[in-house]
Amino acid sequence: METFNIKINGMPVQAPKGSTILEAARLAHIDIPTLCFLKEINEIGACRICVVEVKGARSLVASCVYPVAEGMEIWTNTPKVLNSRKKTLELILSDHDRKCLSCVQSGKCELQKLCSDLKVDNELLYEGERTHYDVDTSAAHMYRDNNKCILCRRCSAVCAATQGIGVIGANERGFGTNISCAFEMPLAETSCVSCGQCIAVCPTGALAEKDFTDDVFAAITDPDKYVIVQTAPAVRAALGEAFGLPIGTNVQGKMVSALRRLGFDKVFDTDFSADLTIMEEATELLDRINNGGALPLITSCSPGWIKYCEHYYPDMLDNLSSCKSPQQMFGAITKTFYAEKMGIDPNKIVMVSVMPCTAKKFEIGRDDQNAAGVPDVDISITTRELARMIERVGLNFLSLPDEDFDDPLGRSTGAAVIFGATGGVMEAALRTAVEVLTGKELPNPDFLEVRGTNGIKEATYHVAGMDINVAVASGLSNARELLDKVKSGEANYHFIEIMGCPGGCVNGGGQPRVPASFRNFNDIRSLRAKALYNQDAEMPLRKSHENPSIKLLYDEYLGKPGSHKAHEILHTTYVKRSINKF
Amino acid sequence: MGSQKNTVPFAGTKEQEAALLKVIADHKDDKGALMPILQKAQDIYGYLPIEVQSIISNEMNVPLEKVYGIVTFYSQFSLNPKGKFKVSVCLGTACYVKGSGDIFNKLQENLGIGDGDCTADGKFSLESCRCIGACGLAPVLTVNEDVYGKLTVDDIDGILAKYK
Repeated sequence: METFNIKINGMPVQAPKGSTILEAARLAHIDIPTLCFLKEINEIGACRICVVEVKGARSLVASCVYPVAEGMEIWTNTPKVLNSRKKTLELILSDHDRKCLSCVQSGKCELQKLCSDLKVDNELLYEGERTHYDVDTSAAHMYRDNNKCILCRRCSAVCAATQGIGVIGANERGFGTNISCAFEMPLAETSCVSCGQCIAVCPTGALAEKDFTDDVFAAITDPDKYVIVQTAPAVRAALGEAFGLPIGTNVQGKMVSALRRLGFDKVFDTDFSADLTIMEEATELLDRINNGGALPLITSCSPGWIKYCEHYYPDMLDNLSSCKSPQQMFGAITKTFYAEKMGIDPNKIVMVSVMPCTAKKFEIGRDDQNAAGVPDVDISITTRELARMIERVGLNFLSLPDEDFDDPLGRSTGAAVIFGATGGVMEAALRTAVEVLTGKELPNPDFLEVRGTNGIKEATYHVAGMDINVAVASGLSNARELLDKVKSGEANYHFIEIMGCPGGCVNGGGQPRVPASFRNFNDIRSLRAKALYNQDAEMPLRKSHENPSIKLLYDEYLGKPGSHKAHEILHTTYVKRSINKF
Repeated sequence: MGSQKNTVPFAGTKEQEAALLKVIADHKDDKGALMPILQKAQDIYGYLPIEVQSIISNEMNVPLEKVYGIVTFYSQFSLNPKGKFKVSVCLGTACYVKGSGDIFNKLQENLGIGDGDCTADGKFSLESCRCIGACGLAPVLTVNEDVYGKLTVDDIDGILAKYK
């Protein structure tokens, strides 16, 4: 690798050719502060927080986008640099809603931390004109409070570049510049898919999920309600971050323990219905292959992806699996099978889901998601909201004992836990489909070709005399690329897994926010995914059809996968939506 | 520029749409095609309402928000229809210190409309602009292509009368 000899603050550093000053400084153990910069997503050098002095340069340069060159001399800590950064922050604060104490991001806000680090000592320095915006609360899953927006454009970049949607962006100019939708439309009227990636990258409290924790507390304290909670696979891989644990720590046991102490009547696991999804979806796949159904079959677990498909590929709805998502299957089974078995009135059950996802808040309100005549799921909260509940009641999370989920809907297999990572649903489905097709036990349940964080993965498996072509995409720009290949006939698959968020649910829009200072130098997708794959490897049962609770459910209630009853309870329908139709 | 949705009903014709589609087809593969397309779209329709921006968004395969962001960034684009006579008052530095603010206020009063609006009969629209490069004549206003300079508030009635 070609390197350049440069000097940073007088110390010699060898920096790889093509690296930025920001990256080179890391090699010299210096963290240059950044604000707008988000590696590979928002590299616009606009906010001027990361400025440094470069010998010979006519002014301070933005280190996040400035490439190093042979012999370059850089200073990151001169009074000129430090004062410039501080002045930039003071000017940002001059038009910022400084209600920090009640802000959802208080203590986690990147702007707040920068102000502290760079010794901003008077947030009222410039009391000039202020902009005032109405908060957009139109969407089911989130709100946008532009009074706290600092115009870094991370949200609009992730929406347009990573997700290929671009429903938010900078409008107007100068002091009037604001992030909003075309024609100031409410977000709910656009083709926003509710993925929440904009929230995940927002450095301040301008974007946040709608918080339903008060509703959950109210249900728990209502003596007439039987409150059941389910937790998605990816939640256990990230919840610990909210309590200071390293990214990629699996906290399943403490999470269960905390939920029980929060007062839920039953603590169940969405992993159970992930196994159930595999039973139904693998059956659907084999049925379509054998009986000439619409192929490729595309997974339907990710409600962000589903809404995207409805808006942008309405002609491909027949390719979607009719399976409800695991969240919805769980609610449906709880309010039918479990309610009947336990003799509980489904009307008294409050089904709460904890999800790494904001689109799940939208999904619970969709049509045809009410198997027992009442909504399958009543309240969907994010990993972040669960962390807030735990903090609020004063549970000492780190010292909680590890506990197990309740029976029978807390039982699951390794196939289910990997649902939280891109390729996981595909791998889980293959484990079951291959055994069904061959009638023999798989010697090795690992399908490594569909693992990893690549945006698009393809593989062909030779099973029982036929070639099964599969593809996996995560992040909606990647989904678009893949689907366009399918539509043009360039690629020919039997089965496709698509997840709305890049890397899958572990990187969902409802997961604890990770500051850009960490994201820019670490891949949070693979760190969190590793926690799930490790758990899978250690589980005694690793195939969905081996789950004893799944066997019980089919024996006692549903009959067999794909049965009429299973269809009534576990399957759903989709609607054609459009873009730019008002 | 006012960014609110235009309330004047859209009255685009088939001919206008055909002309716009041709412009888009001609520029579709050019780098940076949105600006010239938007300029020509405004020439065709006189303004850029949601109906026109949606056609451009759909045909160019770019998000409507991206189109709207450009339209609201540049003062040359308008979301509202223009009157038969477009009255434009320079509020740039030179004109402003020479009293163009008073002239602008007088026009608002006289026409009964605000910045960026159009009179109900479709005859006059009013907008403020920044420097038009005629600082030597400050304060300056234009009515369509006609330039009026070295103005006082008392000149306004006479100028408008020419177009009524």
